Amino acid sequence: MTGTLPRQQETPAQRDRRLLTLLRTGGTVLVRWREASVLIVAIAMAIYFRAANDVFLTHDNLRNIAQATAPAAIVAVGIVMLLVSGEIDLSVGVVAALAPFLVHYAIDNYGIPVIPAFLIAFAISALIGFCNGFIVTKFKVPSLVATLGSYYLLLGILLTTSHAYPAQIPEAAQGRIQSIFGAADWSSLIWCLGVVAFYHIVLTRTRWGLHTISVGGNLIGATEAGIRVNRIKIGNFMMASMLGALAGILEAFRINSIDPNIGGGTALVFTAISAAVIGGTALAGGSGTVIGALLGALILAELQNGFNLIGISANPFNIILGSAILLSMIANQYLSRLRRTGGG
Amino acid sequence: MDVLVAEHVAKRFGALTALRDVNLRLEKGEVLGLIGDNGAGKSTLIKVICGFHQPDSGRLVVNGQEVTLRSVDHARSLGIDTVYQGLALINELSVYHNMFLNRELRVGPLLNNRAMRRLARAHLEDMGVNIPNVNSEVAKLSGGQRQAVAVARAVYSDAKILLLDEPLAAMGAKEGTLILDLIRDLKARGEVSVIIIAHNYAQVLDVCDRVNLLQHGTITFDKPTADVSLDELTELVVAEYRARRTRGNGGG
Repeated sequence: MTGTLPRQQETPAQRDRRLLTLLRTGGTVLVRWREASVLIVAIAMAIYFRAANDVFLTHDNLRNIAQATAPAAIVAVGIVMLLVSGEIDLSVGVVAALAPFLVHYAIDNYGIPVIPAFLIAFAISALIGFCNGFIVTKFKVPSLVATLGSYYLLLGILLTTSHAYPAQIPEAAQGRIQSIFGAADWSSLIWCLGVVAFYHIVLTRTRWGLHTISVGGNLIGATEAGIRVNRIKIGNFMMASMLGALAGILEAFRINSIDPNIGGGTALVFTAISAAVIGGTALAGGSGTVIGALLGALILAELQNGFNLIGISANPFNIILGSAILLSMIANQYLSRLRRTGGG
Repeated sequence: MDVLVAEHVAKRFGALTALRDVNLRLEKGEVLGLIGDNGAGKSTLIKVICGFHQPDSGRLVVNGQEVTLRSVDHARSLGIDTVYQGLALINELSVYHNMFLNRELRVGPLLNNRAMRRLARAHLEDMGVNIPNVNSEVAKLSGGQRQAVAVARAVYSDAKILLLDEPLAAMGAKEGTLILDLIRDLKARGEVSVIIIAHNYAQVLDVCDRVNLLQHGTITFDKPTADVSLDELTELVVAEYRARRTRGNGGG
């Protein structure tokens, strides 16, 4: 009994058992590591579109996909933090449109240098998040309604102050700063990966993340355990808003125009919520994954891009998107039930 | 020595008088059963002792010192901890994360999961709580195991006065035994004093040293369980029920 039994001496029964264990482990990985299933879909889609069109995996097209993924994923990260803590923010898309305007106003109207202008834009975005969080926690207004209100309010402010016209990138911000913040080829992707990595750690490895899960999972219990639940919620609203601002600035600098329509419609925030949901974040609070949201955003970008390449019109895209959301929600429910009953 | 004394404690909510005049004491290492009909004021009393409600009048003495409990956190800092019926466990988190909820161990800004896992395992083992895996989500545990985790957490956080709000509610016989054993273990150690709110009088007699009956916001009965029979306890509560019914019929 040395414990160094060579592999060749395995009996067929042992081999069967090993295979079974392997299969079961594979199943467990799918159930436990919920990002895996989303990753598989993303890869399968890439293979399909590559087969349908050679252009799909070229350098230029990958950059297109990256640039479509990044802003949605950055906003989705904030949405995930909020959803996990049991809230939602519909106004982040407008914050995304507003933030580059704030930079523009600060520099061109008030003569403020670039870096302080950036800081002001982010500070105001954080303040917007704070107000959202304050209204939700102190006045007990459901976040869906509260942020619907701030969505219209901010949209009104944005369109009024900008006269609904696009603006130039401020001269002072052109050049290196513009390249760093979105204009360089892979800039927005690098920002996106940085944000995803950072918040993945925040959500899974820090006290803040643990408390965010607690607040969304069991609000009363978290309160009884002494967690300052309002602080957690307000903080997540502030971070979501600032991530919206980052996404908006990156996008404006990339397309080289500050356009009130970037996130001013519902497109950006809806895409971000879809990405979060497809990535495996439950709307009920208490669970979610940042990496899943990135993969969700990637899937959506692949779909849109791939459809374009194959020559399918943008119209049926929404059919696919809608079905994807519904299917992933159903799968989510099913998987979490499986997880609960010890399927892993 | 009394670790907790409540004298003439009263608490009103608008027109409703929840506690009229409560006098209660808890000795060190003692397990006190608090019984009474629904609406007698048990939960209010617990919430006054744990700092959630501030009494309108009366005084609380903890370890010989008169205190005004400002908040649950304040009470906790004095060693008074509550295990609510809801248990304050987070289903989505692991057992060890729940054990350390809001008292997480960290290395720099990051959670020290290894240390928490190890300490949680050791502490649960030490308390004789059998949880197969501290990594598993609390949602996967049985009712008794969840209760045990909540109690173990309170004890681990250095609670000296432990308030258990219906720890045996909605629990099967086997699960209930698990909790009763845990409470007996605590009693054997003699470091923690416990107040249990319970409806099952047989279990109260089984595990408690003394029993208090709360009626209409005041304690009307206080005896060591050794001097009290199950019939006597039942009769007390039934008598109250009958009296109320008669009153209700007469007044109706």
